Formats: sequence, C-alpha cells, structure tokens
Amino acid sequence: MLLSKILEELLWGMGTSIEIFLLTLLFSIPLGLAVAAGRMSSFKPLQWIMKAYISIMRGTPLMLQLIVVFFGPYYIFGMTLSRDFRMVAVIIAFTINYAAYFAEIFRGGIESIPNGQYEAAQVLGYNRLETFFIIVLPQVVKIVLPSITNEVITLVKDTSLSFVLAIPEMFTVAKQIAAAEASISALLIAGGFYYLFNALVAFVMERFEKRLDYYDT
Amino acid sequence: MSLLEVKNLKKSFGDNVVLKDISFNVEKGEVLSIIGPSGSGKSTLLRCITDLETEDSGEINFDGTFGLVFQNFNLFPHHSVMKNIVNAPIRVQKRDKDEVYAHARDLLKKMGLSDKEDAYPSELSGGQQQRVSIARALCMDPDILFFDEPTSALDPELTGEILQVIKDLAAEHMTMVIVTHEMNFARNVSDNIIFMDGGVIVEEGSPEEVFSSDNQRMKDFLGKFYE
Repeated sequence: MLLSKILEELLWGMGTSIEIFLLTLLFSIPLGLAVAAGRMSSFKPLQWIMKAYISIMRGTPLMLQLIVVFFGPYYIFGMTLSRDFRMVAVIIAFTINYAAYFAEIFRGGIESIPNGQYEAAQVLGYNRLETFFIIVLPQVVKIVLPSITNEVITLVKDTSLSFVLAIPEMFTVAKQIAAAEASISALLIAGGFYYLFNALVAFVMERFEKRLDYYDT
Repeated sequence: MSLLEVKNLKKSFGDNVVLKDISFNVEKGEVLSIIGPSGSGKSTLLRCITDLETEDSGEINFDGTFGLVFQNFNLFPHHSVMKNIVNAPIRVQKRDKDEVYAHARDLLKKMGLSDKEDAYPSELSGGQQQRVSIARALCMDPDILFFDEPTSALDPELTGEILQVIKDLAAEHMTMVIVTHEMNFARNVSDNIIFMDGGVIVEEGSPEEVFSSDNQRMKDFLGKFYE
C-alpha cells in the first residue's frame, strides 16, 4: 500500500478519534460536575450511589465497560440494536467513565475552597447558585485545570480502546493496515499522530492555564 | 426602638453551650465593642446576628442591611479590588452601575487605595486587603457594620491603619458592632462595651464604667492587658 494511501486512511480514522474525544469531553465534564454535586450532597443515599458509581468506573477496565455498554442491552435485556449503536455505545462508555474521574477532580477542587468564601458571599447577599457560579466555580477551574489536562491527554490515547467494538478510529485502522501489510509502519505512524494530537492538546491547555494566571489565591 | 435588639439568645454546639442568654440593644449611630477572652462566645454571637449560625432560641430584631468584616478578609481572589466591591451591589442589590462605581471609588479614596482598583487581593498587604473588605461592606450601604476581630490576622503596624479606618467611620456616626481584642482601641472608640465570658455578658456600659468595674472576672481580664 502506498504511504499516501496509508496516511489518508489513518487521517480518516483520526477524524473518528477526534469525534470520540470531543463528544466525550462535551458530555463528561458537565456530567462530572453533576456527579461531584451528588457525591457532596447532604442526602446520604445520593452520596452512596455516586460513591459506588465512581468506585465501579474507576475500579474496572474501560475496555470492559465499552463491551458491557455495547453488548449489555442484548445479553441482559435481549434487545437487538443496530450496528450504528456501536458509536453511541462508545460515547456512552467513555462519558460515564471519564465523568467519574472528572467528578473526583471537581470534588477535590470544590472542597479546597475555604469556607470563608461562602460566608463572604452569603453576607453580600449572593444566593446559592450565584455563589457557586460567580465565586466558587471560577476558582475551582483554576485549581483543577492541571488535573483536567492529565485526564484529557489520557483520553486522547484511550480513544484507541474503541477498537474493541471495531469502531473505525485511527488505532483500529492502523491495526487493520498493519495486519494486511504485515508491517508495523502504519501503527508507528498512528503513534506519531497520537503524539501530535496530544502536543496540540497540551498546548491548548497550557494557554488556558496561562489565561487563569492573572491572580494568585 | 433600637436598631438592633438581641433578646435571650442561646446557642450550643453539641454539649458545648456557647451563648447562655444574651440580650442587648444597639442604637443608631452607636459604636459597641464586644470584648472578652477567647472562647467566650463573642464571635458566635456575631455569627448568629449575621445569619452565619442559627441560634437555638431567642430573638434577633433587626430590619435593614448589614455588612460584616471578617478576621481573614475573605476577599474573592479571582476578582479585582473594584469587582470585589461593586459586584454585589450591582448584581444583588440591582443598583445603578455608575452610581455603584462612583461610590466604590469614593470608598477606595477614603481607604487610601485609589491606585489599587485593578489590583488583585493577593497583590495587597493584609492591611490593604482588610481596607478593601471594609470598602466592600460599606458599598452595600449597610445600616450596621459588624467587625469580627478585624485586626487579629494583622501585625501591629497594619493593625493601626485598620483601627484608624474604624475610628474615621465612628466619627461619621456609622453604627458598628466590633468584636475585638484591642482593649485600648475599644476604650477609645466605643460608646458602649460589652464584656463576655463563658457565654454570658458579665459587664456592660460605657468604657469608663466597664474599665473601672469592680467585677472580679472583668478585673482579671483587664489585668492581663495592663501587666
């Protein structure tokens, strides 16, 4: 196979990888915030459910979760789902997995905000929602950003796990080419693309961090 | 009728009775200092009045707005000095933006911080931060201003500048309730002083009355400061 053809196919696959990456971030960050809120709720049952959820998501392999989300509906409930469901399953699995990690990061950030910030906000008449969004969250974002960056970089590489559901993302494509050509070069090129993707992610995240450098706590 | 009336206030944390039956009034324009040893319930009393704690029983009658100046300033680190001051009046009190900014600039000028509008709290000294937090409280146009040990986190040099600000406010007849360990200051600035110990008011009255009290606990407490 021509190198240009290999590159073309890998880049097509990378498009799918990027799609998984972006959709996962889009859904898992707000979900993580909601899970963190539930985890810190004073309503005990909700707290326990979130704790169990986080524990399972972090304690079992993501690859297993991908398989369970895709095959679970059939084996557990006897539902027949079209092959198009594969991509949906991937997004669901990645989202619920990453939301658990994000939730713990957000919780750490929220809990590190001193009580005095809430008291000052209360005395000034901010309601609970305003206090969270005007006073607490902006400070939390600055605190958690380095940890978020770590997770986002891991996510770029984790998208390759979707090969287990035969999603035509970059790693799946590279593996197929490597098998057909009996050569490792496609995989190495894919590795280079993952590296470039992450270099870009790191650059963007660093810019975000710099933008929040305008104050010290 | 008094501006603030506290009647038979009681508060416990678990088995620890912190406030045992506190009653006092504050009149408009009055400066009241609350003194007493650590753990006497002074701060808890202030926190009950400002709704940061809920009293177990008793009554707090106050109809108006209040400001609270904290020991640790509690400025918002991600907001500039100006935003710290104007955000609540604009967002919460829905006041006119231009009017609030003008008011804030006035206050900053009074606090000697006109050049710090755009600075962030971490760029300021403790004394400057506390002056910003006083300006923040004043910009809400409070009917009464509470201070919870406003100089306890400051070194002696910076303490003086905060005490001067409070003295200036007293001269303008701002109604203030000040929990403090600064005895000489309390004596000079207050119209009335309450001495608390063990969750009760042991002595109250004018500075002359309180500082010349025959009450043994009062004398023991003051003795420590004059040694």
